[in-house]
Amino acid sequence: MEQPAYRNPLRTGAVRPTELLPWLAAALGFFLFPDYLQLGSQILIMVLFAMSLDLILGYAGIVSLGHAALFGTGAYTAGILSAHLGWSEPLSGLVIAGLVAGVVGFVCGAVILYTRGLTLLMLTLAVTILLQELANEQEHWTGGDDGLQGVVMEPLLGLFEFDLYGQTAYLYALAVLFVVFVAARTIVGSSFGQSLRGIRENERRMHAIGCPVYRQMLRAYTIAAVMAGIAGALLAQTTEFVALDVLSFERSGDVMIMLILGGTGRLYGAFIGAPVYMILQDQLARLSPEYWLFGIGALLVATILYAPEGMLGLAERYGVRARREAP
Amino acid sequence: MSEPLLEVRNLCKSFGALVVADEVSLALRPGARHALIGPNGAGKTTLVNLITGTVEPSGGVILLGGHDVTRWSQARRVKHGLARTFQINTLFRGLSVLENVCMAISERRAVAAKLWQRADARADVIAEGMELLESVKLDGDARRLVRELPYGRQRLVELAIALGLRPTVLLLDEPAAGVPSAESHVLLEAVEALPESMAVLMIEHDMDIVFRFAQRVTVLVQGAILTEGAPAEVGGDPRVQEVYLGENAELHGGRR
Amino acid sequence: MINSFISIAFDGLAFAMILFIISVGLSVTMGLMGFVNLAHGMFAMLGGYIAVSLIREWGAPFLLGAPLACVAVALISIVLERTLYRRLYGADELQQVLLTIGLVFMGIAVCTFIWGPLNVQLDVPPYLKGQVDLGFRRFPTYRTFIMLISFAVVIGLWYGFERTLLGAKVRAAVDNQRMAETVGINIRRLFTLTFALGSALAALGGALGTEILGLTPTYALEYLVYFLIVVAVGGLGSLRGAFLAALILGVVDTAGKYYLPAFGAFFIFAVTIVLLLWRPQGFYAR
Ligand SMILES: Nc1ncnc2c1ncn2[C@@H]1O[C@H](COP(=O)(O)OP(=O)(O)OP(=O)(O)O)[C@@H](O)[C@H]1O
Ligand SMILES: [Mg+2]
Repeated sequence: MEQPAYRNPLRTGAVRPTELLPWLAAALGFFLFPDYLQLGSQILIMVLFAMSLDLILGYAGIVSLGHAALFGTGAYTAGILSAHLGWSEPLSGLVIAGLVAGVVGFVCGAVILYTRGLTLLMLTLAVTILLQELANEQEHWTGGDDGLQGVVMEPLLGLFEFDLYGQTAYLYALAVLFVVFVAARTIVGSSFGQSLRGIRENERRMHAIGCPVYRQMLRAYTIAAVMAGIAGALLAQTTEFVALDVLSFERSGDVMIMLILGGTGRLYGAFIGAPVYMILQDQLARLSPEYWLFGIGALLVATILYAPEGMLGLAERYGVRARREAP
Repeated sequence: MSEPLLEVRNLCKSFGALVVADEVSLALRPGARHALIGPNGAGKTTLVNLITGTVEPSGGVILLGGHDVTRWSQARRVKHGLARTFQINTLFRGLSVLENVCMAISERRAVAAKLWQRADARADVIAEGMELLESVKLDGDARRLVRELPYGRQRLVELAIALGLRPTVLLLDEPAAGVPSAESHVLLEAVEALPESMAVLMIEHDMDIVFRFAQRVTVLVQGAILTEGAPAEVGGDPRVQEVYLGENAELHGGRR
Repeated sequence: MINSFISIAFDGLAFAMILFIISVGLSVTMGLMGFVNLAHGMFAMLGGYIAVSLIREWGAPFLLGAPLACVAVALISIVLERTLYRRLYGADELQQVLLTIGLVFMGIAVCTFIWGPLNVQLDVPPYLKGQVDLGFRRFPTYRTFIMLISFAVVIGLWYGFERTLLGAKVRAAVDNQRMAETVGINIRRLFTLTFALGSALAALGGALGTEILGLTPTYALEYLVYFLIVVAVGGLGSLRGAFLAALILGVVDTAGKYYLPAFGAFFIFAVTIVLLLWRPQGFYAR
């Protein structure tokens, strides 16, 4: 049977050698850029956050302009646990934050996933802004506009202090990212993940083959919420601070742009988009915020018009062509 | 006579002022080969949508294997043996042909909710998918993306997905629509090879196909049933010729 | 008490009118093409800035500057529609969202570059300053002027929509696109036309509304949510719906900020969520 070698669908489980690259890069980054570990941790956190968005956007096709709602919920949960309730053990704090975000995601999802299109877009947006207003208003708990101060972290596993250089923070973020990634990879490679792809590709057909579309979407949304919550909690724990902008529309927009630049529906898009976006931002925004904004806008337009599958999509396309042309 | 697998009684539906189903009644018994014909906009597709639950009726009852399914979700009806195809391709275009049929098979086998099991480890699902593709002569294209296939082959995928559900009642909405007649024989052979016991309703404009396929024909005009009967009977009915093809046209061989 | 009530109603109404003028074009174009255009607020913003420049720097009289700004924005929007938007008709909404967000970012950067990051005000001519006595009470002249213009626009729109051939075509196309095409309506051209008209209206709202909404480069994002709410709550492509939604939004927002300033925009979003859950397709669904 002749088969084009370039596509081997349903073989979702096997580990390809290229998959090791981002992890190698992350490990190398630790040794090569000791002065940038704080930025590095933030990048890892945004990778995690973008990956969570990928699960609902790239796999289930749910367009959310309010994914920061879940990130922020995780961040505030972890922050408040430490600052107000004295619960400063990082790992359990992380788990609790993930669960709280999961519950919030489940409840929100249960309500909004009945809708589609503009209505869904607006609901995700409205929920985030609502939460942000709420956080702003509940100053006693959240510190309002000034941000939540007084978050402290006990040593990781009782052994590793969070140091000033951010070494522990970086490795902690990397380890968490890896664990969550393995889970996410398993999920998208499962029959359930396959079903989500179906919903993205053609929701109407999924209904017609008897898929409980709403239930599958809600499950995906809840799982993504847990992941986003963990990402938010990581940010709160590693920076020992929570600013109101964890819940902002801008953060929802940023994470979506990162994901699109990297490429949706392939999990690894987050690993490309987040670093590229954040490093560019770090370098350019310092020079001139306007240039940065113009540049990112132009990049976005160009991506949508010429590389709608993102950088990974482009790479795949050229990789395939190269392989085809090779004898 | 055996009990009908699918029965529709006095189904009504209108979109605003437009009546698209007007007291429609229909029954399909095991092994039925039933054609539904009617002019454009008669409400044929809408009838399929009503039966499958995409559109909610404003009146009437739908029975599936004796159960009143009028208020059931689409998914639940499918689990009770109802499947359909679409007039306009409704496929997973970015996935491979094999993935397309496996989607239906996984759903039927209730493995689609499994979070921790690798999809490609489901050898049973994949084997069944390949078998199904062979039966409709799509196995050579199994690993190609659906959107890369020519239209005629895509129509076959459309059918194959529905067959992956192993339905007892199959509703085919113009399966050969848009396929050049030179290629449509593959589709028709697949339709003719459907399991004996399955009850099949086919919407079709081509009267040659209808005569070849159907034991019974229902004519729908403006949402209402004009007549129902054996193909020859219906084909000879002057009222049918009038509404369906214009006054002077011959029914035989009439093609849009 | 009664006084503050009246002034809230007045301010709320003025705000609502601006919201309506800006959002109505978005509603119609979304209803027509299903295109999620997040750059609509940018057209309003551009209208404001161009009017400011025309009046302040080129010395155009107020009553000429604002309409000229509308024409300029309409032209810009046609260019964008022909070159960029057109390529994404029928694409998924995500791509449309991202393309137009990209445009907004670029627009914000350009406006910051040209007009600076600070708030800019439209220079109001002397005859529109001060207060006007409406018999039972005195009102700010400029806002009264805004209302008059807005009512004129509403009536003009209603007439155009209900009584002209163009309006009939638009209604038919929003209602059932396939049907409209089969009776020979050129959807593409119709869309370009309504798109330009809608953008011009946005520019008008943007120019007139600087006194209420302010005018900074982030305007395009800040108020976008409001415009989208009007469209979503009102129902895509529905004039009546957009009007009703703008009215509710304008008044609730103004009243909320007056009586419970601590809650900021809380009410708006709470109300939006409730309304959208109650009627997911908006007040006047197709
Ligand atoms: N969701 C809907 N909303 C409003 N009108 C609809 C909807 N679905 C179908 N219609 C209208 O109902 C009528 C019947 O449509 P339907 O698709 O059932 O016809 P049909 O018999 O399948 O025609 P064809 O032979 O062209 O496939 C048409 O006029 C169509 O425009
Ligand atoms: Mg049809």
